[in-house]
Amino acid sequence: MKKKECIAMLLAGGQGSRLGVITKKLAKPAVPFGGKYRIIDFTLSNCSHSGIDTVGVMTQYKPLVLNSYIGVGSHWDLNRRNGGVTVLPPYVREDGGEWYKGTANAVFQNIEFIEQYNPENVLIVSGDHIYKMDYSQMLGFHKEKNADLTIAVIEVPWEEASRFGIMNTNDEGYIEEFDEKPQNPQNNLASMGVYIFKWEILKEQLLTDEHEAHSQHDFGINIIPAMLCEKKQLWAYPFKGYWKDVGTVDSLWRANMDLLEENPKLDLYDDLWRIYSVNPTKPAQYVASQAVVRDALIDEGCQLFGEIERSVLFPGVIVNSNSKILDSVVHANVKIGHNVNIQKSIIGQETIIEDGCVIGKSGEDNQITVITGSVVVPSGTVIESGTVLSLDNCNEFNCVPLRK
Amino acid sequence: MKDVMSIINDTAHKSSLKELTLNRSLLSVPIGGRYRVVDFALSNMSNSGVKNIGILTQSKNRSLIDHVRAGEEWDLVSKRAGLFILPPMRLSDYPNTEDGDIGTYYEHLDYIKRSRQEYVIIYDNDIVCNINLVESVEFHRSSNAEITVLYTLRNKKYSEKCTLIETGDNEQMTDMAIDTENAFSNKEALGIYILNKKTLVEIIENCHARGLKSLEMDGFVKNISKYKIMGFGWIGYYAKINSIRNFFNHNMDLLEPDIWNELFFKNGLIYTKVRDEPPTKYTKESKVKNSIVANGCIIEGMVENSVLFRGVRVAKGAIVRNSIIMQKGIVGEGASLRCAILDKQAKVFAGKQLRGDKHYPVVVEKNSRI
Repeated sequence: MKKKECIAMLLAGGQGSRLGVITKKLAKPAVPFGGKYRIIDFTLSNCSHSGIDTVGVMTQYKPLVLNSYIGVGSHWDLNRRNGGVTVLPPYVREDGGEWYKGTANAVFQNIEFIEQYNPENVLIVSGDHIYKMDYSQMLGFHKEKNADLTIAVIEVPWEEASRFGIMNTNDEGYIEEFDEKPQNPQNNLASMGVYIFKWEILKEQLLTDEHEAHSQHDFGINIIPAMLCEKKQLWAYPFKGYWKDVGTVDSLWRANMDLLEENPKLDLYDDLWRIYSVNPTKPAQYVASQAVVRDALIDEGCQLFGEIERSVLFPGVIVNSNSKILDSVVHANVKIGHNVNIQKSIIGQETIIEDGCVIGKSGEDNQITVITGSVVVPSGTVIESGTVLSLDNCNEFNCVPLRK
Repeated sequence: MKDVMSIINDTAHKSSLKELTLNRSLLSVPIGGRYRVVDFALSNMSNSGVKNIGILTQSKNRSLIDHVRAGEEWDLVSKRAGLFILPPMRLSDYPNTEDGDIGTYYEHLDYIKRSRQEYVIIYDNDIVCNINLVESVEFHRSSNAEITVLYTLRNKKYSEKCTLIETGDNEQMTDMAIDTENAFSNKEALGIYILNKKTLVEIIENCHARGLKSLEMDGFVKNISKYKIMGFGWIGYYAKINSIRNFFNHNMDLLEPDIWNELFFKNGLIYTKVRDEPPTKYTKESKVKNSIVANGCIIEGMVENSVLFRGVRVAKGAIVRNSIIMQKGIVGEGASLRCAILDKQAKVFAGKQLRGDKHYPVVVEKNSRI
């Protein structure tokens, strides 16, 4: 088969446990964001726009939603004859087989897949991050430096630097040291978890690492330090722009709200860098005479008769008259009755909220209220701010699971 | 429906929408915020289980072909049949499509004969409705008809010329008049016909051999006594996009939630080409009332009783009333529109005013700058 210059391996197995009930039924890359997307759309669109036409998506945790979402990749223009998207769950071999034990082990278990394409370089990305990046420019940098490994880095605020893997580099970007979550950071260049390896070198590292008894088989913890030890050529590629790891419910809510700014740092309206996703079949949205819609992001198929302010509505949301939605994120096909008041909440998809309910409360001091979806909230229910309502505890609030 | 094929006929009616059809045919006229007329035809066929569809195109077909491509959005990509584009071939001796549609049918007789289906649904190029055709095909079959004409009760609100039929006992058709103003009947033909393929082939060959040009006129009207022609009544929301005024009014109809729900959901979903537009953004200043808004718009001004297509920008202080703005239209700061139709990518600069009448909307050509 023809040699490929660079293929991508996309880590999409993350549970995202800090997102709590939101990731109870789906992996973090499948979490809805921004009125119509799932988080993985950003990475897949980046691959597509960067001319990387072969992407292995390594799934593990609750893969059903993600697997059917990705399909053959046609939505991201990645249904190629030679390459395209391949979903790679862990599999059984003659000697038993096992789950992916770590990020590096996931790639190790797919060496055979990678070798099919005989690539020069392998791009390792994660499906957990929201950003727009041209990997082809990074690949250019990688080749120019003749690097064994190039790591994309972004400047983070100094006070947050200890949450990240920090690169200590010389003036040109040569990495001299790598500190995983340092207490006293010497630098504020954080790794974005975007790596380009020379495949030959990576393969060697993976084979060695696999036999290390105490290894966690993780790129940040094991592979990169090992390569630094061996004095391999590691370079930091500086990225400027919006990059966000929405690890918690709070940051997920805030990232949605960021899109409502007048000139948001993440531009979704750029014709040259469209974020592709699976588009539902819905007509254009309808805003009724009595509706008020301000400071909001609204997707197709919504029917709005109420008041919507500082909120993000996914496709097919119905808001009936005299209802008010403030500071909230409402996922697909949620039906909201009359005289409902929802503030500072995340409402999961297919939820039905009947007339007169009061859910959550706005204000800096109030916690985000979460309803995970497919629940019927009967009329007149009051849900205090900060409540997390899921299928497991919905009886406590007199709510019932939605019968399909 | 395995034994039913369909021909969507973009040569049935002339491009009568002035500026809107300068560079496109009726089938590719944008409508309803994110659709083209052809989306309704293809979705109705696909939702009814018809898998072999030919589109007879006229010469202005680039826009249409660009829109339907291989038919993926309508689930028509198939190894066994799927979507066939049937362009005018302009073979030397054949009549021009402007003279009627028999010539174009004749050019593609091969395709019709080669198809394995026994029945053909002929579907005109100016119809917008959400219809399931299974029942009417069953009627056609069980009544042993050779031709079935679908009709609905005439809507007097849209008093343009139309094709009327009269039916007698057992719904057998007794009279048919094309583009008439003489209201001898209240049964308006939808422009959807079901034929035995054998009958269709016979009509095309007979008409062609005698220099006759129109399927409806020469094939149906003049053959009322020769063939068994039945009428099949259907009730539902139905739009004929045959004049600027009708185009405008039918777009405005969608502001009725009942019509919106019927047209986009009742008998199946309406599919269209995906454009991956982001959700629409409303700013602190935006005031939107009674409007249909597609994705990808950024609205900072005021919009009332209007239909906005994908990617429209309405700047601060702009006022859009009773208007239709197609894809990527731009309304500059403080500009004001009333009863206007902006074709794709039209731009109205800051402070400009454009005013039409409800009965005579102003039409702004594609890519215009005002």
